[in-house]
Amino acid sequence: MQAFTRLNGLVAPLDRANVDTDAIIPKQFLKSIKRSGFGPNAFDEWRYLDHGEPGMDNSKRKLNPDFVLNKPRYQGASILLTRENFGCGSSREHAPWALEDFGFKVIVASSFADIFYNNCFKNGMLPIVLPAHAVDALFDAVSGQVGYQLNIDLEKQIVMTPDGKTYTFEVDKVRKHNLLNGLDDIGLTMQQQNKIKAFETKHKLAQPWLFS
Amino acid sequence: MAAKTLYDKLFDSHIVTEENGTALIYIDRHLVHEVTSPQAFEGLKLANRKVWRVNSILAVPDHNVPTTNRSTGVAGIADSISRLQVQTLDENCAEYGVTEFKMNDVRQGIVHVIGPEQGATLPGMTVVCGDSHTSTHGAFGALAHGIGTSEVEHVLATQCLVQKKSKAMLVRVEGTLQKGVTAKDIALAVIGKTGTAGGTGYAIEFAGLAIRALSMEGRMTLCNMAIEAGARAGIIAVDDTTINYIKGRPFAPKAAQWDAAVKYWRTLHSDVGAKFDAVVELNAQDIQPQVTWGTSPEMVVGVDGKVPSLDMAKNEVQRADWTRAYTYMGLQANTPMSEITIDKVFIGSCTNSRIEDLRAASVVVKGKHIAPNVKLALVVPGSGLVKAQAEQEGLDKIFIAAGFEWREPGCSMCLAMNADKLAPGERCASTSNRNFEGRQGQGGRTHLVSPQMAAAAAVAGHFVDVRTFS
Ligand code: SF4
Repeated sequence: MQAFTRLNGLVAPLDRANVDTDAIIPKQFLKSIKRSGFGPNAFDEWRYLDHGEPGMDNSKRKLNPDFVLNKPRYQGASILLTRENFGCGSSREHAPWALEDFGFKVIVASSFADIFYNNCFKNGMLPIVLPAHAVDALFDAVSGQVGYQLNIDLEKQIVMTPDGKTYTFEVDKVRKHNLLNGLDDIGLTMQQQNKIKAFETKHKLAQPWLFS
Repeated sequence: MAAKTLYDKLFDSHIVTEENGTALIYIDRHLVHEVTSPQAFEGLKLANRKVWRVNSILAVPDHNVPTTNRSTGVAGIADSISRLQVQTLDENCAEYGVTEFKMNDVRQGIVHVIGPEQGATLPGMTVVCGDSHTSTHGAFGALAHGIGTSEVEHVLATQCLVQKKSKAMLVRVEGTLQKGVTAKDIALAVIGKTGTAGGTGYAIEFAGLAIRALSMEGRMTLCNMAIEAGARAGIIAVDDTTINYIKGRPFAPKAAQWDAAVKYWRTLHSDVGAKFDAVVELNAQDIQPQVTWGTSPEMVVGVDGKVPSLDMAKNEVQRADWTRAYTYMGLQANTPMSEITIDKVFIGSCTNSRIEDLRAASVVVKGKHIAPNVKLALVVPGSGLVKAQAEQEGLDKIFIAAGFEWREPGCSMCLAMNADKLAPGERCASTSNRNFEGRQGQGGRTHLVSPQMAAAAAVAGHFVDVRTFS
């Protein structure tokens, strides 16, 4: 997995609460058996004027000029600013894959759905929870200034605004460590093989029916 | 010893190792379907890793499968991309020796229907699946939750999952449900109360007299929707209803092992005095048949109610949300739910496609016919075995005589990944679990209801109170 340490990036605002995974990546694109290539279909139903299907040439499709991520001023954004309960709905990891492929490395919101939050870390992305008043202030700042950027420092757990204001955020120690170092979860767990085997033996003795 | 919640018991008994509040927990049952597994198997292959314990896995294709004629098998799936995904599951299962109920096996069905039906979901287990509605299996006193594809790969390779313990919430429903009010209505009423993020960070235990009185089918419906309240897991303590349901199922323990298992399962309840981080209480008597009006399961009212007006919203963000929902749903504030007419009806999904759901809906439509404005009414049984059982009871004939289509099992119009979908602007009474924008087809408008309410709406052509419908 790719490591994440620091990022100075353009912020795009998506001013909606409860953005669900069906909106982030509609189901027709889940038919793919690959992990990549979902970016052009991120927010497909909001982003394009026509109905999207896998295999279409997305560069030929008509963009919805009203959709915020289509505005010229937010092109190249790597930080998504949004509202509460972002990523609710299904467990599809295609949602973080699509956002990452689109170019987002950090998502700032007042809260996230659990599974989505967890899936982000598996893909080298950093979801940041800030209090609702901080999110409100950032929305105001982003709309007020073209080219608004934030500075994210995972090591220090801070978000810094262009005028030097900082917000601290919480992140689980283990997740932070793995993300900072780009560690692969499976590799780490494999180092515990002996413990897993020992547990399995004990568990099988206690509940043999689980193993038949 | 300190009193423990059921969640504590399940979590603690699966800890392999723990450090800094992050645990490695052992997984007993891994359910797999075609949409979230191909990248996981690919990852395994690329890293040259093996499957840790193949007999913990049960696989089935369900999201992409057609619900009409399947006589030509997988080769007959019209959409080539869907076909490839189902074929890929078949190939991966063959390669790794995973037990799979293939598309035309009578045991095939929605992954959350077949696990319990086969006895592959047992009390005390940890159950995972790359699907958020894995919470369904918590109805058996199991710790069950949805995982992402990276975690599917992690479980395949290590039989473990990296987890932090959730907080515990108790949802207590006392009293008796009114006739015509179901587990689905409890679920929607709870979500209406807590909001879709109310359970975020929690595992929810459902308890109280009204829960004890539910059948296993009802309990599965309720736990299924725990994720719609934001909770990764919903759990219900083991009792006679649980044990009687499991007995004799193909994967259930037999003979002496059965007795030992039952003895252990009887301990799977929260201890008296166990502490919960949050408690929500409802009285079953007060719960009306529910209908969602908007684009999130929390946008729900009783069937007697109206589309709420903006002055009822709690803040600016919610006002904006509701305004968008009015437009998307083509509804105005203060419209009585009973005046909303529908175009399609969908009875199915892992929430409400079990035999009890079909029986309840069939009672409502028996001897009647769907309204002229209803263009399509579908019944999609949750599994091949549910379908066979229903046909044995003659339910298929009742539905067909009433103008419904009787289909092959799968996810179908719950998420419209196959050919079953809404056209833009079409309005549907659906027994599924999500009314998100575009969920049942781009521009489609979904109203979540119980099977009885969907059946009554099909006949009336608009939402009606099933308690007084005849
Ligand atoms: S029936 Fe619907 S919610 Fe259930 S597993 Fe299938 S798609 Fe998901």
